[in-house]
Amino acid sequence: MTDAATEPDKITGPTPDNALRAADKADSGPVLAADGTPLKRSLNRALRAQKLRALMLIAPLLIFVLVSFIAPIGDMLFRSVENQIVRDTLPRTVVALADYDAESGELPRDEVFEAAYYDVFFAAERKEHTRLGSRLNYEQTGASSLFRKSGRGIEDIGEVYLDQFEDLDENWDEARPWAELMGDPDWIAAQEAWDGNGSMPEFEVRSDISDLLPRTAEAYEIFARFMQTEEGDSPLEEEPWSVVHTALYQDLAENDVSGYTGPRADMLQAADELVASPDFETIAFRDGFEEIDEDWVAPEIWQTIKMYSPAYTSGYFLNSIDMQKTAEGPALRDEDERIYGLLFQRTMFMSLVITFSCILLGYPIAYLLSNLPASKANLLMILVLLPFWTSLLVRTSAWKVMLQQQGVINDVLVWLGMVADDARLTMINNQFGTIVAMTHILLPFMILPMYSVMSTIPPSYVRAAKSLGATNWTTFWRVYFPQSVPGIGAGSILVFILSIGYYITPEIVGGTSGIFISNRIAYHISSSLNWGLAAALGSILLVVVLVLYWAYDRIVGIDNVKLGG
Amino acid sequence: MRLSKTLLATSALTVAAAGAYAAGHGMADSMTLVSWGGAYQESQQNAYVEPYVAMNEGVSATWDESSAEAVAKLRAMNEAGNITWDLVDVVASDAIRLCDEGLAMEVDHDELLAPAPDGTDASDDFGDLIVSDCFIPQIVYSTTFGYRTDMVPEGADAPSDICSVFDLETYPGKRALEKRPINNMEWALLCDGVAKEDVYDVLETDEGQDQALAKLDTIKDEVIWWSAGADTPQLLADGEIFMGSTYNGRLFSVIEEQDQPVAMMWDAQVFDLDGWIIPEGLPEDRLARVKDFVRFATDTQRLADQAKYISYGPARESSAPLVSTHAELGIEMAPHMPTDPNNAQNTFLYNYEFWADYRDDIDAKFQAWLAQ
Repeated sequence: MTDAATEPDKITGPTPDNALRAADKADSGPVLAADGTPLKRSLNRALRAQKLRALMLIAPLLIFVLVSFIAPIGDMLFRSVENQIVRDTLPRTVVALADYDAESGELPRDEVFEAAYYDVFFAAERKEHTRLGSRLNYEQTGASSLFRKSGRGIEDIGEVYLDQFEDLDENWDEARPWAELMGDPDWIAAQEAWDGNGSMPEFEVRSDISDLLPRTAEAYEIFARFMQTEEGDSPLEEEPWSVVHTALYQDLAENDVSGYTGPRADMLQAADELVASPDFETIAFRDGFEEIDEDWVAPEIWQTIKMYSPAYTSGYFLNSIDMQKTAEGPALRDEDERIYGLLFQRTMFMSLVITFSCILLGYPIAYLLSNLPASKANLLMILVLLPFWTSLLVRTSAWKVMLQQQGVINDVLVWLGMVADDARLTMINNQFGTIVAMTHILLPFMILPMYSVMSTIPPSYVRAAKSLGATNWTTFWRVYFPQSVPGIGAGSILVFILSIGYYITPEIVGGTSGIFISNRIAYHISSSLNWGLAAALGSILLVVVLVLYWAYDRIVGIDNVKLGG
Repeated sequence: MRLSKTLLATSALTVAAAGAYAAGHGMADSMTLVSWGGAYQESQQNAYVEPYVAMNEGVSATWDESSAEAVAKLRAMNEAGNITWDLVDVVASDAIRLCDEGLAMEVDHDELLAPAPDGTDASDDFGDLIVSDCFIPQIVYSTTFGYRTDMVPEGADAPSDICSVFDLETYPGKRALEKRPINNMEWALLCDGVAKEDVYDVLETDEGQDQALAKLDTIKDEVIWWSAGADTPQLLADGEIFMGSTYNGRLFSVIEEQDQPVAMMWDAQVFDLDGWIIPEGLPEDRLARVKDFVRFATDTQRLADQAKYISYGPARESSAPLVSTHAELGIEMAPHMPTDPNNAQNTFLYNYEFWADYRDDIDAKFQAWLAQ
């Protein structure tokens, strides 16, 4: 579709390009412009300004396309591999699981349960655990309710310690003593002086306590900062979460605090004695998890977490080709769960059938259009375009009325006696219905490019062939048809690519055997919310289209496609 | 140039005035409500919105008919950081998912909603229907069957048992079922000899899922699968099918409002809930307005009023005695409610927890089975 006029050498007028070349060719030293600068430089400047202007002219479109088309598509495709939610929600667990052998079929070490306790607790406070649950439920049935349940039950583990510390000294369930024990004195002063305007002074943990009670300091810091930023409450007035008590128990069991002399030293040392006493009741994290749900002490959930802990995953792509990640590597799904391969095949096959039906039906119409006198051709053109201007849903629903068993066509056939009343034809809710309705809907996309190509074929060629003795058929087949092929090519590409991505019409008239892969993509976008899988299916569809386009270019040649004269 | 300046100035003034008004009351003066469209949205408009707008001068409400895609759209809005909806009508299972995803706001039902006229707390008045912390129930509807009375074979009784759906010998003809596993799997197991209380235990297992699909396989050739609630009423009216499942309100309008030869088969109807959620992350003035509206729209009288326009049961216990007659037809609405004792002799309640877990898994199998 190159236009001769755009090639610079063919323009003989004084364009900057041509002048530049002329300046290059001139061998009589540098030519100077009127203002004394070398002509070459001055022309270059003019050329640059021109190019910049051209760029400025297309800039709005370029930015629009980038922002509204390329970026969202790129973002959507990126989701097909993106999987940061697991490591963002369970950071400690993912680290602790690093050396877990998923194939062993055993439960992970106790450290993993400990890490999971802290992760799930904090995630539950941030209300992120259920989101992770829905994510993992795509991979393992039951993960959704497991995490929802754990969000509620995870408190129970810490309550064991909270209750005992509180029985010892009520201050352990008070906000102020905790703040004094953990907080930097300067921070406490700043927090007290804070007048409620602007942002709160950020919580600072006291340096000596974080060496003495590392876990408690970390847990308390997370709690205090969460209160400040998310809830807008002062840690001086909020009792800490029970996870802090669990951390305190762990620290006291391991570390010696007898040398501690800072604030609330008596309270801490009394607690240390309590932890050391044989009556102190403890609960192993693993047992705590088992109490929440038995699924936590089955290896499957840990295998799933381990498998999906990397930030990027091939899981969605495997799913979309009917495979799944297992501990032993990718494997085919059970036969009764394979669907996408079938749907991809069906989509390709039906799109091809629709494209060919469009060619068969569209070619004679386009021929007629381009050979009729203008007044009649215009009328015919309106008939072609009329359905184009009607709502897609209306056209599809109209086909329903036509094709259904109590519909117009069946009624007519029964009335004519060609079909028995109890053996009406099934023409809808199957592949046939989809092909008929979609051929009708996409027909204008085939006719219009064909027509615009055919109307440029000079009638004199046909007359010449006939005058040289060719039959009507030879004239058509050897002279007319080859010249109309670029129109067929353009129409076919349009119709094929449009039909491959169609989903409304197949959804309405396709029944079960006439649905396309796009219907599943739409389902995963709007119903199951599995956007990763939808993105993977979409990426595959995009690649398939590009490959077909490439093949078409190799076989037919893309230069051989014309949308118009 | 001058025109556009005038326009700009006017709109700036309007915005300023609106801002001043809102600041004065602490509430936004417009709301975007999301619902399902059709007769249901009309009933909400008549029962809640019109009285509310009449009471609060200067407040306007616009509808967006996007409830069917609400979960996906809310997620997209949340990612874009621009929530344009104020109150969204969703089914309970979607409310649970929105709550799980952190897209819906958790509410304190007793604080937000009005108590019953006798002083009962809202949470007691709604009772078990509060299936999620984010969910504000409105109505109880059911998915049930309707059949063509003129297509019942001679000599056969009118179908009154869920298993007549699977009985092609006595009741030949096409059936319409929803194109998803939920409800269909339960009905199939129920008619394959599984006791009602065991249905979900059986459905948890691979064998149970295969058993349900095998039962559905016996009628697969005679089924038209629907995905929009309007499909079954249309198919029934056209005589395309003998019986089909859909929402009971849709059947009510086919039977009573359009006078078609269709009757209800209430057996094994599945109760489900529909209600509001407030999107997470609304600015304060809009949130204040929405809270004010929801308190009004879900009080005892308003929920009872809604039943004048559509045959769905009010979610409050205290509303039931106030249900009166249809606004146009003048017929008693109580016998058309899914919760009416005559209709509710054998019912299911949508098992939210089960389907939240098994939805992805069973759906994959179901769709693979459908496509074969």
